[in-house]
Amino acid sequence: MLPTLHLIQEQQGYISPEAEEYAAQKLGLPAVEVREVVSFYTMFSTEPRGRHHIKVCDSLSCWVCGSSGIREHLRSRLGIEPGETTSDGEISWEVVPDCLGACELAPMIQLDGINKGLLTPEKLDALLDGISPVFQSREKGDQK
Amino acid sequence: MISTKLVSRFFGNENARDLAWRLKNGGYEGARKALGMDPQEIVSEVITSNLRGLGGAGFPTGKKWTFVPRQSEKPKYLAVNADEAEPGTFKDRYILEWDPHRLIEGIIICCKAVGIHVAYIYIRGEYLNPYERLVAAVEDAYRQKLLGPDVMGSGFSLDVHVHRGAGAYICGEETALLESLEGKKGWPRLKPPFPALEGAFGCPTVINNVETISHLPEILLKGGKWFAELGVKNNGGTRLFAISGCVSNPGVYELPMGTTMRELIYEYAGGIKGGKALKGVIPGGTSSAVLTPDEIGTPLTFDALAALGSMAGSGAVIVLDEDICMVKALHNIESFFSHESCGQCTPCREGTGWVHKILSRIIEGNGQKSDLDTLNDFTVNMNGTSICALCEGAVMALKSFMFALKTGFTRMTRRPPALWAFLLL
Repeated sequence: MLPTLHLIQEQQGYISPEAEEYAAQKLGLPAVEVREVVSFYTMFSTEPRGRHHIKVCDSLSCWVCGSSGIREHLRSRLGIEPGETTSDGEISWEVVPDCLGACELAPMIQLDGINKGLLTPEKLDALLDGISPVFQSREKGDQK
Repeated sequence: MISTKLVSRFFGNENARDLAWRLKNGGYEGARKALGMDPQEIVSEVITSNLRGLGGAGFPTGKKWTFVPRQSEKPKYLAVNADEAEPGTFKDRYILEWDPHRLIEGIIICCKAVGIHVAYIYIRGEYLNPYERLVAAVEDAYRQKLLGPDVMGSGFSLDVHVHRGAGAYICGEETALLESLEGKKGWPRLKPPFPALEGAFGCPTVINNVETISHLPEILLKGGKWFAELGVKNNGGTRLFAISGCVSNPGVYELPMGTTMRELIYEYAGGIKGGKALKGVIPGGTSSAVLTPDEIGTPLTFDALAALGSMAGSGAVIVLDEDICMVKALHNIESFFSHESCGQCTPCREGTGWVHKILSRIIEGNGQKSDLDTLNDFTVNMNGTSICALCEGAVMALKSFMFALKTGFTRMTRRPPALWAFLLL
């Protein structure tokens, strides 16, 4: 079940109701059982996300090392709330309550599943500039 | 400072990921030895070693294996718990990223000892990089015939499957892990039956943590007695401590059992960042009771920390300095538990939610006088009233922090939880 759902999410970016039906057929299960699993696990998204997805760890170690500042910086820089996607579809982000397991790098985020840590607002800016040329030019355009 | 590196010997050494290099540097020697031994001899060696489950529960590993029937009509399974998700814990990630072959070698030893031919490694979904490294290592091992129908030419067959989780803390609880492995939502099972008799797919199953399994190669090579003597009574060997929070050098340190919290913080992790004073330290993940500065002389063993009313848990040490607001820290912890409660048992589902809401209200400045009494009631009503121990972890944190709030950190009489079965071994 989980490998199937990971595969769907990898290919489609999220798990749609149609994909749930498809998985149910393949696995020989009622669709409701697939829905039950999809809604239980936080990594499965039932809505499309941005081309790049950022998870901000807010667990205790990151919190004592200043994850709140990272969160606020991301919010003002992207101009969107957690769970939303930038209008160009490039970036979405969320604050995860579960520990991402890289506390020696606190405060840290996962950018497309890869750990990026010991963050400061400047480092975060550099990361954002690096991942998305489209986003970068749009931002610079806004400033003019 | 004593440096006893067993499982962490190759941390930071990129060569160790390469199977050919690893084979030249002692890789799979323990497994080779085990494959030539009588299974009962292997179990005895592990019992002698006093190796305890390093996922959090600290159950003696060799003893755990003896609960699995030797003769079984059904297949037997090994489930390796790599669902490391207790906040503050990142030690298993180091093994998976730097020395995955040590884990695979340990798996061969465990399977030979218990008579298992299929092993699953359940790795948390967030560990993408470790997952990819592990899969690559397993593939390499198959190519070299270290896994498969004829492991190292011994005639013993063993298949290893790597299974990704998808973001649920509860799946680190052993029976929730099995449910998840079977393709269901991770709801813990009532015990008995215990997994040793009815585990994965209704068959006898051993569940061990990554670090526990990774200690097996050295135990086989150097002997259980040698390993036991590295540690203290009833708690053999070394352990990985993952220290983070307000310290100068956060990271993973492998230290002999019996090392004190003071040594870990001030000698190994470089002391408190900025030379500040210590306010409290969480010794074994956020489910464990916070220790006060006057308690840091305690050895970091399962028994010593349990005697203090806390627990060694997953070895995740989180250091809080004098500037940290303990109410907000507790709010952060309880927010985690309220989100991660699986929702199966009412006291946990409702209790963790209410605790979180009340703490939110307090830190927003709208606390009421009765709130502390209500929170106190929760510590009674939530304790021991649910299937698994997530709820007890939430209560242990709540109780210890509440005490800190009320009296400014002096010793209290804390009760250890009746049953600590969470994040087993």
